Amino acid sequence: MDEITSVFVTESREQLATLESALLQLEDNPGDSDTLNAIFRSAHTIKGGAGVIECSYIVAFTHVVENVLDKLRNHEITLDSDLIALLLACGDHMGNLLGVLESGAAGPDDDLASEGEALLKKLQSDPSAAASAQTGPPAAPPPLIESSGGTVVETDCWHISLRFGPDVLRNGMDPLSFLRYLGSIGRIERMETLGDAMPNADEMDPESCYLGFEISFSSNADKAAIERVFDFVRDECSLQILPPHSRVSDYLELIAALPEDTMRLGEILVKVGVLTQAELEDGLKAQSQPASPVDGTEGEEETRERAPIGEILVEHKVVQPELVEAAVAKQKQVTEKKAAESRLIRIQADKLDRLIDLVGELVIAGASVSLLAGKSGMSELVEATSLTGRLVESIRDAALQLRMVQIGETFNRFNRVVRDTSREMGKEIDLRIAGGETELDKSMVEKIGDPLMHLVRNAMDHGLEMPSVREASGKSPRGRLALNAYHDSGNIVIEVADDGAGLNRERILAKAIERGLAQPGQSLSDPEIYNLIFEPGFSTAEKVTNISGRGVGMDVVRRNIQGLRGSVDVSSTPGQGSRFAIRLPLTLAIIDGFLVGVGDAAYVIPLDSVVECIELATDTSERDYVNLRGEVLPLVRLRQMFGIAGAAPARQNVVVVQYAGVKSGIVVDQLMGEFQTVIKPLGSIFRHIKGIGGSTILGSGEVALILDVQALVQRCASLEESRAGNATTPRALPSSTRN
Amino acid sequence: MPASKKKPANRITISEDMTIYNAAAQKEQLVGALAAATGRLEIDLSAVTEIDTAGFQLLMLIKREASRQDKQAQIVAHSEAVRDVIDFYHMAAEFGDPLLIPAQKA
Repeated sequence: MDEITSVFVTESREQLATLESALLQLEDNPGDSDTLNAIFRSAHTIKGGAGVIECSYIVAFTHVVENVLDKLRNHEITLDSDLIALLLACGDHMGNLLGVLESGAAGPDDDLASEGEALLKKLQSDPSAAASAQTGPPAAPPPLIESSGGTVVETDCWHISLRFGPDVLRNGMDPLSFLRYLGSIGRIERMETLGDAMPNADEMDPESCYLGFEISFSSNADKAAIERVFDFVRDECSLQILPPHSRVSDYLELIAALPEDTMRLGEILVKVGVLTQAELEDGLKAQSQPASPVDGTEGEEETRERAPIGEILVEHKVVQPELVEAAVAKQKQVTEKKAAESRLIRIQADKLDRLIDLVGELVIAGASVSLLAGKSGMSELVEATSLTGRLVESIRDAALQLRMVQIGETFNRFNRVVRDTSREMGKEIDLRIAGGETELDKSMVEKIGDPLMHLVRNAMDHGLEMPSVREASGKSPRGRLALNAYHDSGNIVIEVADDGAGLNRERILAKAIERGLAQPGQSLSDPEIYNLIFEPGFSTAEKVTNISGRGVGMDVVRRNIQGLRGSVDVSSTPGQGSRFAIRLPLTLAIIDGFLVGVGDAAYVIPLDSVVECIELATDTSERDYVNLRGEVLPLVRLRQMFGIAGAAPARQNVVVVQYAGVKSGIVVDQLMGEFQTVIKPLGSIFRHIKGIGGSTILGSGEVALILDVQALVQRCASLEESRAGNATTPRALPSSTRN
Repeated sequence: MPASKKKPANRITISEDMTIYNAAAQKEQLVGALAAATGRLEIDLSAVTEIDTAGFQLLMLIKREASRQDKQAQIVAHSEAVRDVIDFYHMAAEFGDPLLIPAQKA
């Protein structure tokens, strides 16, 4: 697949996403002409691009869709939810066609082709849409123009003035293809090819483009549609379009705006047939001679042309108010789109990864430099290294930021899923999305899609009840499904909540016992029972639907999330709904750490999870908990847990950490301050060690272990529970590891 | 065409595709041939199977150069591709080469 095709495919997929979300918006707000225009533009851009790369099957299909959209825009047909469903299906089909193009096949296979035909037939079966649904330009009559004076030129053709920029050919675009494509949306009545910009033979660069065209073009397409044809060379050509029946003065303005000599242009226009000789002479006589432009370089030409375009538009206001409105809106969009485009760079993900690797090494090297500087005692050196240290930190943050994307796009995909599924099941469901601007690592966003999809489908299928059931239990018949994301102490939390029936505690327990996941006499807390649904082979749905309920999902969801170093929890209130919370680390590479010392070894605690540091009172040395302002704070003694030899110093410290709302204290000898930590994974033989999340290299070259706060906190919590269960305190000291 | 037909004519034959890839070389070739020609340059394009806008521009250039130097550059044989492009750009009349009439497929 060549580059232009892949650009086309990528951009078209973006357009399809826009189209889909706009269609969904339109369903809620059918009268919104802006949204409708956005849909039309998306479809049109795809068609235009497909035309340029000569992909006829996409052009053919999209053309019919576009015609229907055009009818909608002109209020010739009305929009109902069936039509929206049909258009959504058409959008999907276009996506499939893009897939075909991407795969390099010559055309869609029989299945896809017949699917396309079926869709087209449905589109055409709409009686009002049928007329326009044949391929070919739409047959709508050109809009009537309210003239308010000024002689109107006797031609019913558009007039297009086109000057290509010098780099067009070099960039692999041939004016021929654009003009040929123009020919496909109307008829080129006459065309004059201008080579005036071409210098003499010795200065002429054979790879530059010097051509300009004056085209008389008959078509029922609108101005935006004609402009679309040249979208791909928009930056590199100057394009001026006069609608049919423009006034003579408009043509004169055009002449003034073009780089060629006025008289020569006049002749050309006469030749092209837009003006008669008499019209031209009258016009030129009636007006003072417009400033005669000189032949100039391309750059000058552009700057000179910019201003008059606006003036011409103002002139048009008198003639065709709706046209100028459309043009202004259009231009604004084009500039906005261009501005947005110029702010975006597509980049290979592995280049980014390489950058982040390098930044990681820089952080380690920087740490060693600052350590040495500190030892040297040279205050100027220390000052200089602290400055570089700060810069390295900023670079690190900026580099990591590069990988961060907003989760909103992933969330928005669910609009469609919820809409389709709720129709299929006959339920009424509102999707509410919050926290879409929350950012997380790109690789996570990709991997979180599937688990999230499963949770959403599950909530719709099992969680939310049928409208009648909901009404009977005094709830609104419309079910509510909420997606929410927010940051919480170095983690991102993604919630899927519904206001349905909630999890059925008894049924889950019965099922768990039946499957041997729990023992009949076992006393389990509610959260424990709810979390049983993540066990393999568990499904409580009484009937298996094609959406979920086969019991293969939830354990996969949990495994996927754990694979990202995250966790998933469920909470539920009978009759009120249930809430699934996915908790993921923000990044996988570099964190801000808090360096602590126990014995001779150093450990790193992720700074985001640190709440505060307190001194350990000497009289608590035997207890495994302290009183933190009236709260019981369970303690983890690292010295004991990791079996570190040597007596504890007289003064120990407690680092209070928090995970998922649960606090614990980690007892350490020394607090050594903040430290930028590059996470190095541990080898696979250490994978089963609980409490260690990875390792890092200190400035001195020593290795420090990174504590896994989640595991430590959970261990604390479970110890406490078991302690509450049996009064004797178990001594849990798995001394499986030493650093 | 003017009566200069009887003068001895130089002839240049271009056999590669007239696309942007060959444009630089072909420009030298054509300009050189025109400089060498005394009055009339005959250009044989019958073997050109592909031509794009860059190639077309070259033809425009050589036509214009010729008239600047009071010489004539005449395309004496068109391939179908060349004729299509010249037709498409509506330059048949401007170029004024007799062989452009579609019936005269050389």
